[in-house]
Order: sequence, then C-alpha cells, then structure tokens
Amino acid sequence: MITALTSLTILGAILGLILGVAARVFRVEGNALVAELVDILPGSQCGQCGFPGCAGAAQALAEGRAPVTLCPPGGRAVAIALAAKLGVDADVSGVQDSVPMIAEVREELCIGCTRCFKVCPTDAIMGAAQQIHSVFREACTACGKCEEVCPTESVKLQPVPVTLHAWYWNKPVTQTMQTVAA
Amino acid sequence: MNAIAHSPHAHAPISVNRVMALVMLALTPATLFGFWLYGWPAINVWVMSLLAALLGEALVLRLQQRAVRPVLMDGSGLLTAWLLALSLPPWAPWWIAVLGSLFAVIISKQLYGGLGQNPFNPAMAARVMLLISFPMEMTTWVAPAPLGSIHAPGWLEGLAVTFTGSQVDGMASASLLGHVKTEFTRGIGLEQALSGYYAPLDALLGSRAGSLGETAALFLLAGGLFLMFKRIITWHAPVAMLIGVVVPALIFSAVSPAHYAGPLYHLLSGGLMLGAFFIITDPVTSPNTATGQFIFGLGCGLLTWIIRTWGGYPEGVAFAVMLMNAATPIIDHYVKPRIYGRNRKGVSMSIEPLKKES
Amino acid sequence: MKLFKLRGGVHPEGWKGLAAERAIRVLPLPERLFVPLQQHVGAPAQPLIKVGEHVLKGQIIGASQGFISAPVHASTSGRIVAIGDYTAAHPSGLAAPTVTIESDGEDRWLETDSPSDPFSLLPEEIAAAVGAAGIVGLGGATFPSAVKLNLSRKNNVRTLIINGGECEPYITCDDRLMRERASDIIEGVRLIRYAVGAVDVMVGIEENKPAALASMRAAAAGTEVQVIAVPAMYPMGWDKQMIRALTGREVPADGRSADIGVLVHNVATAYAVRDAVRFGRPLVSRLVTVSGGAVAEPGNLEVPIGTLVETLFQYCGGFSEKPARMVLGGPMMGIELFTAAVPVVKGTSGVLALTAREIGSTQASPCIRCSSCVRACPVGLLPLEMAAHIRAGDSNAAVSRGLKDCIACGCCSFVCPSHIPLVHYFNFAKGELMEQERGKLKQEATRKLADERIARTQRIERERQEAAEKRKAAREAREFAAKQAALQTTTEVA
Repeated sequence: MITALTSLTILGAILGLILGVAARVFRVEGNALVAELVDILPGSQCGQCGFPGCAGAAQALAEGRAPVTLCPPGGRAVAIALAAKLGVDADVSGVQDSVPMIAEVREELCIGCTRCFKVCPTDAIMGAAQQIHSVFREACTACGKCEEVCPTESVKLQPVPVTLHAWYWNKPVTQTMQTVAA
Repeated sequence: MNAIAHSPHAHAPISVNRVMALVMLALTPATLFGFWLYGWPAINVWVMSLLAALLGEALVLRLQQRAVRPVLMDGSGLLTAWLLALSLPPWAPWWIAVLGSLFAVIISKQLYGGLGQNPFNPAMAARVMLLISFPMEMTTWVAPAPLGSIHAPGWLEGLAVTFTGSQVDGMASASLLGHVKTEFTRGIGLEQALSGYYAPLDALLGSRAGSLGETAALFLLAGGLFLMFKRIITWHAPVAMLIGVVVPALIFSAVSPAHYAGPLYHLLSGGLMLGAFFIITDPVTSPNTATGQFIFGLGCGLLTWIIRTWGGYPEGVAFAVMLMNAATPIIDHYVKPRIYGRNRKGVSMSIEPLKKES
Repeated sequence: MKLFKLRGGVHPEGWKGLAAERAIRVLPLPERLFVPLQQHVGAPAQPLIKVGEHVLKGQIIGASQGFISAPVHASTSGRIVAIGDYTAAHPSGLAAPTVTIESDGEDRWLETDSPSDPFSLLPEEIAAAVGAAGIVGLGGATFPSAVKLNLSRKNNVRTLIINGGECEPYITCDDRLMRERASDIIEGVRLIRYAVGAVDVMVGIEENKPAALASMRAAAAGTEVQVIAVPAMYPMGWDKQMIRALTGREVPADGRSADIGVLVHNVATAYAVRDAVRFGRPLVSRLVTVSGGAVAEPGNLEVPIGTLVETLFQYCGGFSEKPARMVLGGPMMGIELFTAAVPVVKGTSGVLALTAREIGSTQASPCIRCSSCVRACPVGLLPLEMAAHIRAGDSNAAVSRGLKDCIACGCCSFVCPSHIPLVHYFNFAKGELMEQERGKLKQEATRKLADERIARTQRIERERQEAAEKRKAAREAREFAAKQAALQTTTEVA
C-alpha cells in the first residue's frame, strides 16, 4: 500500500517535471501562428471584428480571445479555414446564413463627395470629386466603411446578385431521419 | 412550387422495400420447409421473433420522436428477425426469440442510428448474445417430427413447448456439429462419431436436428440463386465463403481423415448456407466493392472452418461474420475501384508524347 | 472487330420507340427566335448587331472572343428586335444575354462562296471554316469543335472516333440523322479526318439501332470509315467510354483524348461540319427529339436555333396529359424546365414532357450501403462514400475520393434503391468548391489592393512629413540667418 502510494507519487512528480521542462524548452513562439492566421484573413483591415486590423484579429484568435466566426467579410469560408488552422470545432452555421454582400452606389443619390472613395480599404470605389462614384465589384470586400461615411445614404451593402456563372445547385434536402411533426 | 429537380429524371424500378421483400421471398421456401419439419413450436418461435422486432422498433422510434410507419414499412426489421428466427433452435422458449429480436433491432441497429448505420449484422449479433448468455437453451435441439407425423406436437402442445417450456419426451437431440464436438471431447474419432449419425443425403434433405436455417440447405441454396438472378446479391461473397470452408476442409481431411471432416460435411451442416447467401450478403455490414466482398466472404469462410475445427463452440458462422464485420471498414479502406484514367493509387495515367508519323 | 470490356453503366428503359420511327420533319418557321449569345463552353460571344438592324440567315450576330469560344449566327432572316436578358436553358431559371430576331418570313440565306471541292482546302482552312460556322459538340458537351480540331492536328492524332452512341433514353435525333442522312455524315467524317490527319476512322453505333447501323455501313462502304456496333448501355455516348470500347485505352485523368492520339466527335457534329465546309453554312439549326409520355405526337424535328421549347410541343400536338416534369435533354442528364418559354440551343438534343410514372422517384430513405452505385459507376468512384461526406459538410473529403472525376452521368442516382439524389450532392459540392475557389482568388486580389493602399497612404504620409521637415529646416535656417544678420548689425552698431 505504502509502496504503491510512494512509487506513484514519485512517478507523477517526475513526469510532471519532465512535462514542465519540456513546455519551457520547446516553447513555440506564437508569432508563427499569428502570421498564418493573418494569411487566412481577408487583409482589408476593415475593423468590423472590433480588433485593430487583421493582424490584431489574428493575435486575438491565437490567444483564444476571439471566435473563429469573427470576420464578416471573410464569411463561412474564412471561418472554416480558421477553425481548421486552430484545430477547434466551430459552429459556422450562423455565418453561413449571412449572404455575401457587396457595396452598391445608387446613382440618383450620389453627390460625388469622395468620402467613400477615401475610406475604402481596397480601392474598390472609383470616382472623383463632383462625379458619381461606382463600385468595382471584384475588389469589394463588403466591409461597410463606405456605407458609414456616405452623407446621402447612396452607398449601401446589397446581397451579391446571383449570376448564371456563379449559380450552383443547392444542397439536397433529404429526410433520412423522418421526424414526427410536432 | 417544388424545388427544381436534379437529373436523372428516371429511376430503375427498385426500392429498399422491394429489396427486402425479395430477400424474404427467397427465404420463404426454406422457412416453410422448416415449419413442416419441426411443427408448431417452430412457427411460434418465428412469429414471436417478428412480432418482437416490430414492437421493439416502434417503441424505439417513438422514444426518438421519429416517424414509425416509414421505418417499419421498409421491412429491414422484419428481415432481421426472420434471419434470427432461422438461426434459433426450433423449440426454443418464447423469451429467447423475443429477447434476441429486441437485442437485434434495438441494440444492434437503432442505437447505432438505424438502417444503414450498424457495424454488425443485427441477427448475428443477437445470436451471439443469446449463445453466450443462454448456452443451455441455445443448444437444445430436437429431432425432426414433420407436421402430421406421430411425434409431432399438436397446436396446443406446440404452444406449451414454446411458452411454458414443457418438453416432449424422446425428442431431445444434438445437432451434427454439436455431436461431433462432444464426441471429440470424449476422445472418440471422427469416423466413429459420424457413423450412424451423419448421412450426407439426410443432411442435404434436412431430416436431422438443427435450426430452421440449418436443415434446409437446398432451399437456402435455391433462394440464394434466386437473389443472384434478381441481381439483389452478387456471387462474390457467397462463393468466397464456401471456398473459404471447402478448401481447408479438403486439405486437412485429405491429410488426416480421422481428425478433420470433409468438405461436404462442412457445407451441409450448421448455418453455412444461410450465412453464405443471406447473412454475409447483408449490404450494410459488408464491403462496397466486389473484390472487397470476395475478401470478406473468404474471411468469413476461413474463420468459420477454424472455429468449427479448433474453437470451443461447435458452430462458428455467427462469430466469423461478426469478426469480419469489424474488418469491413478496413477492407473498404484498402480495396477501392480504380478510377478511369488513373492508376490504383489514384494518380493520373502518364501522358506520353505521341511519336510523329514517319 | 473485337470490342474492349467496359465497366459500370446501367440499362434504363429506352422509350426510344416513342420517336424512333418518326421521320425528321422541318419545323415551320417561328415568328420570333431567341438566340442566346453563349451556347458553348468558354467565353460568351460579343454581339455585333444593333437593335432594329436587318439580318440574313447565317449572318454572324455574335463574335467569338478568346481562345475557347464560338460565334453565333442568325437562324433566319429578319429584324433584330432586342438584345438583352432572356430566360436561359439553365436549371437556375436565370436570364442570359440573348438576341431576339423577328422573322421576315423569307428565311433568306446570306450569300457565301463555297469551294467546289472541300478536299482541296488546307487542313487549317477546314478548321477555320468549322470555327467560323460556330460548330460546337452537338452531343451535348458544346465544346467548340475547331479548338478540338486544331489541338488534335498539333498532337498528331491517329484515330478519329465518331460517336453514334445515343444512349440517353427517348432521344432519337442522332438515330434518325444516321438513318436519313448517312452519306452526308460520312462526308463530314472524311472532312474531319482530313482536317486532323487521322489514319483510322471508326464510327461507334449502339447495337440497338440496327437501321442506323445498316444505312451508315452502306454509306461508308468503299471509304476508309469503319462502322462498328457497340453494346447498348448507358453511358455509351460518354466520349471516354466510346474510346475505351473501341481502342481499349483510357484517357489520362489529367489529360485529353488527344494525349492518347484520339479525337472524338459526335455524328451530328460531323453532319454540321459537312454543311459548314461544303456550303459555307453556319450552324443555325439542329435536330431535336420531342418525346415523353405526355406528348401527343412525339417526333424528330429540324429546328432553328432559338426556337422556344413551347413551340416544339405545340407542333407535336401539345400534351396528351399534364406533364409532371418538362426536361431539356435526356432524362439521365437533362435539366428540368420551369417554363417551356426557353430557347433551343446548339446543345439541345431533345425536349421531353414526362409523366409521373416515367419519372418514378420517391422520397429518399437512408443508404443501406448496397453498393449498387459502386457497380453502376462507369468511372470507378464510390458514390455512397462521397455523398456521405458531402452530406456531413465535408466536400473536400469527397474530392480526395474522386469528386472531380465524376461526370454526373446519373447512373448512381438511377439505380439507388434508397432514391438518394447522389448526383445532386456531387453537383452541389462541385459548385461549392468552385465558389470557394473564386472566393480565395478574390481574397488574394483584395488583400493585394489593401496592401498597396496601405503602402500608398504611408508613402504619402512620409512624403508629407519629409516636406514639412524640409520646410521647417528651411525656416529655421532663414531665422538663424536673420538672427545672425541682426546680431552682426548690432555688433557693428556697438
């Protein structure tokens, strides 16, 4: 009895010591992970997540202070990629629901003030002073900064219109577990 | 408006219900023959098995708040119970049948997620459970007493056998495999043990002690061929299983006939025919590819022969099937069809530059 | 000739009898034609005409742009009344750029000069004529034919295979074409052979079309063209299946048929090639089978491209009963139509109005792992495993099991006793992966833009600071000089 207790205690202590030493000696610098996370994020530094830019968000993600679903412009794909990188199970169903958005200028309201044009982090808005602005769709990340600064509510985020090129089949709905209707 | 339908806009005239119904149809001759051979108690056991499966499955579905009708209507629970009933001693008490059926549909099937999700064949899992838990009841056999013969129990007597456990004198008997195993343990050689006990013709025609599914080897064979003709099953697994038993039996009986029984003895005894054509062809628990099914069948056959020859139990089909069920995911992992334009490893075939015509 | 062993495939009920014995009829000219600008794989055609302009039959109205593209021609003479979006022959029901032509009833061809002997042309001239005629793969793939011809000539293709494997149930337009216009097809085949410099020419026709086999054999007698009967099964018309049956070889997964020295064209394509090269007539009409249990008088029609599907049904006596589903193409791979007001395009081989009994599908039930789909798959995939992964939301796992090799032929869904929409799962996953791919590309592009912007703003800031510092230094220097001067003056005064 005594022998068993002592031997197990000693064994535990030794193993604990080894683990402790290993944790210090083989400590991985967090920066590598942060850099990889920055690569996954959109990089438009829009700040919608509440952190200072994508690097700030990556830091928070690496330290576990933020959920993988933090990035609205990145959408579902980024959330899945982040979850895979961090090795966490994420409920991305909430993210999936938000449809991809894109900024659109309503020309009849635009006064050509260039404010949106100045805040756009990806230079996706084209135009000049006193001229109607327009959005370059391929560059817009739907960060919403332009919407905030527009004095006439001319710039609005709209769902990305479905085109023949981008359309694809929905996921089949099969009732394999036929639940009794309540 | 309905969602737009994806192609194909045609379907082969096949459904799960139809598959199950055809398998049951294929089992019918063997079952009727068994009923005739062992009389009312056998019918009782069969009815109790099926009833228990239906009620048990309905209960579980209720608990899961799932629709009951569509699942019961697919016929898979009934088929499981039917196969189990064919592997039980015909004069088994009612609670053996009920317990086995409930175990099969609830524990081995629905708890895993229902049809298609169970790793082990439910009927064989139930049989193994019963064999381990109630060896007495599961190995008490009777000699056949065809309906209408002097020894056959009447309807009331049959009810008494099944439900009160009353025994009819002079009927108890041992199955062929069990008898040989017992004689071996007493140090009696094979030839002597078999003499007067085993006649291949009798075994073929079924007039001997055994379970319903054991005695009707010919009818089961016919049922299996019918399913192959209907393209419900393929030849790979059954043929492989028979090979797996016959080849070692041939070799060993040739080397030492006193210790090892010959292929015919193995083929016609125990649950081999039932196993080969109806158990290991269960789609859920067998591999996906033809090659995989062949390997699976071969393994089932070999294991059956090994357990019969050297194992502690006289019969090994159920154990062999369960062991190979466990190996099915591994077989599926390693045996995959080759994709068009790729080699076995999935790498694209090489593109050789064409020589210019001279 | 010895045929090679095939794998997988199914034998659906053919329903060919509904239309196979009906001779080709020419559809009376409709009043309006709706000609989409993209009827092929690749870049859409660029419109060359203006609204109000008068065009002649065969006049080019959309120019091909890019390497893989095809031009579009007016299917009849008349006035252009609209260039804009019109419902496309697509499962989404979305609209696509379409040119609307109001017929003037004359159906007058554009005058063209055609060579007296097409075999006197150079091979590249034939390919150019085929490209200019807007010919695309008429078996349904709609890949621009000229691109295939040029690629094959460069690859020194030895074997030309003409695909007469019309394996989709109901569809009989190629069958009728081979029966009625065999010698024209053979001439087209010989032109293609000449254009690519092939040595062997084989026409593979399914053995369930004995009349087509006989008439093609008669037409091919005395030429280098071999007509061969192949087994009747679905998907025999898959070009790679036809290659395997006739040559025993497989096209590498990462390659094209030209890599193994084979070129495959459909019989209808060969027919169109002959029209284009001999008469200079572009592809402005095609044969369409109108069939299905709900069609009063099924048949095979020669239809101008751009005719609405509803016109075809009307010409065939309308519906004998309310169709449960209208399908563009065959039942195995065709698409359901919400509305019959969509135009016939170059790749349309048939329009079907099916009854509920013919569709025969019910609610899906759980997979019983019966592996019928594995046996049916002509590619050698494991549809049940792929679908299970996709259902669980892991499309990437399906890719590692061969999703990208799937040809969406529908064999697996067809045989599934549980009625699981397997192909639907695969097409969903393919679309999802494409979208992810697009998203990734866009993200890379926007990140680059953001980085450039940050660099630019930083540079501007830095420049501003530098300028400010320069000004400050200059000011200080001036002030210092002034001070010095003042000091000097004071000293001098003192």
